[in-house]
Amino acid sequence: MNAPLLEVEGLRTHFFTRAGVVKAVDGVSFALAPGEILGLVGESGSGKSVTGFSLLGLIDPPGRIVDGSVRLEGEELVGMPTRALRRLRGRRIAMVFQDPMMTLNPVLSIGTQMSLAIRAHDAVSDKAARERSAAVLARVGIPDARARLDAFPHEFSGGMRQRVAIAIAMAHSPAVIVADEPTTALDVSIQAQILFEMRELARESGTALVWISHDLATVSSLAERILVMYAGRIVEEGATATVLRDPRHPYTRGLLDSLPATAEPGRPLNQIPGTTPSLLALPPGCPFAPRCAHASGSCREDPPRRAAAGRAYRCHHPLERVA
Amino acid sequence: MTAPFLSLDAITRRFEPRLILGDRIAARLGARVENRPVRAVTEVSLEIAKGETLGLVGESGCGKSTLGRVVAGILPPTSGTVLIDGKPVIEHGRKVTTRVQTVFQDPYASLDPRMRIGDIVAEGPIAHGLASKADAPGYVRDWLSRVGLDPDFAGRYPHQFSGGQRQRVAIARALAMQPDLLVCDEPVASLDVSIQAQIINLFLELRRELGITCLFISHDLRVVRHVSDRVAIMYLGRIVEIGATEAIYRDPQHPYTRALLGSVPKLVLEDDELVRFETISGEIPSPLAPPPGCTFHPRCPVAVEACRREVPVLFDDSDGRMVACHVRAMERAAMTKEGSA
Repeated sequence: MNAPLLEVEGLRTHFFTRAGVVKAVDGVSFALAPGEILGLVGESGSGKSVTGFSLLGLIDPPGRIVDGSVRLEGEELVGMPTRALRRLRGRRIAMVFQDPMMTLNPVLSIGTQMSLAIRAHDAVSDKAARERSAAVLARVGIPDARARLDAFPHEFSGGMRQRVAIAIAMAHSPAVIVADEPTTALDVSIQAQILFEMRELARESGTALVWISHDLATVSSLAERILVMYAGRIVEEGATATVLRDPRHPYTRGLLDSLPATAEPGRPLNQIPGTTPSLLALPPGCPFAPRCAHASGSCREDPPRRAAAGRAYRCHHPLERVA
Repeated sequence: MTAPFLSLDAITRRFEPRLILGDRIAARLGARVENRPVRAVTEVSLEIAKGETLGLVGESGCGKSTLGRVVAGILPPTSGTVLIDGKPVIEHGRKVTTRVQTVFQDPYASLDPRMRIGDIVAEGPIAHGLASKADAPGYVRDWLSRVGLDPDFAGRYPHQFSGGQRQRVAIARALAMQPDLLVCDEPVASLDVSIQAQIINLFLELRRELGITCLFISHDLRVVRHVSDRVAIMYLGRIVEIGATEAIYRDPQHPYTRALLGSVPKLVLEDDELVRFETISGEIPSPLAPPPGCTFHPRCPVAVEACRREVPVLFDDSDGRMVACHVRAMERAAMTKEGSA
């Protein structure tokens, strides 16, 4: 593997609430190679979005990165002064949110806000910025891009807005784009268009993607490598197809079995019992143990991370390999 | 097929935007004020047999939820009738039966935060005489345990429950009315995958136990395939294809159904397999100004001249499958001609 572009080590992001400390992200480590598409999957509260936000230093109080490091192209982002961070955000690392209106300002025309985003980092004329805006809009598949620069966000459909948000993220050809459930709110036909375009864009521009999603099928069609998160930790990781075909962690298996597509129609799904634990009161040891059919006494201690040939999982009782 | 249990006959539902004061005055004075109604549902006819689950799928704005609300008696149709067992669900704009109940998408919005869940479940049955006030607590406990909740939770408030548990409460509330037809409008869309599986299992189990008939509305084609006997696909207010679930998923006939099924992300289990996305070009047109003819024709890869002019009607394709497509109708006609020649 080449030198990693992004290195995350022992990341801990906690929220200090009146009810107690919420350990949203608790010891996450991974590396991202240039141009790689990495899928980060998990259910609500697994810490996948907070991980994504932490990469860009977008954690507001009462939340705080309490430990760990995030290095982008060798530069440490944790603890970096806000001014320095702002010089990187949008230029070297950008984010696409689930709701495009998190990115878009409803009272500015698309052209104005795209120009602002471009001129935030590059000293170019307004005219040149508009030219570039039209060019990126065209690249994300917006027809008649130049004329659409004068339109306002409310004149766009949800899918078109998300395309604009992606265009803004792409405007500076960043090294990394963190995409947090960017197609979840969209209809399937639009979702397929955007997935296809994102993959092409990433390939053409060499941008690496961290694709955060709860949908295993979407991630499997896009990401080369997958990280499965549960209760703030990575429980399994590896090449996407390998992990999904042959999961070693019982939680990954459970997630797969919960998908209606994997069972015969009309038959009960092989469900995971119980619900995700409260992050305020995590059980000691493996957080999945209370829902796990294989749990034993040793699960009360934190399972070690076991790694082998690009594969890793955290479990005392890994599932047997399917032949 | 046995006699239909639920039948919809040419249901149309329009929404007319309220004019602002200035426009109302202008209209009074004889000015031509444009007031275009939205046709959410256009001439939908369908039948559901007793004990059957019909899945209703489509993308946002296709009218599936509006149709669900008409069936549930929440919205009166602009024209057309909904009959259950031959009796109307709505008369003079009012719901006249308790035989249809609904489970809504958002269990955070559909439960009154100020009511204890026991009271939420008991309210309907007491009002309609299914349980007396004295029997209500026992009746509620029974339903709570049937949906997999601890009966001792009856005294708690909705905020004390997770999303999945709330959806169980919503299901208990609907079933406690002992309905014959359950309208489920995106019942699992807001739930996590593992919780979604639990609720789907609960639904399958209760359906088998109680023999309930169901209209299951969802945008998730994978969920619909799992729970439905038959499935109807809607596009811009009309049904474009309807038939047995497996037959449609295996061999869709309408170009929209085909494109929609092709868009569903599949679980990829092969290394280095580059997934081909079969995307539908373009976007869903605004229901305010639907295209003439077949509303799908601007996005359709096989559209012909007739599609731009005439609205296709549902025709009997094969084995009880109905398709509304000019191109398919022509293919069919050619096939029968060949067959008879």
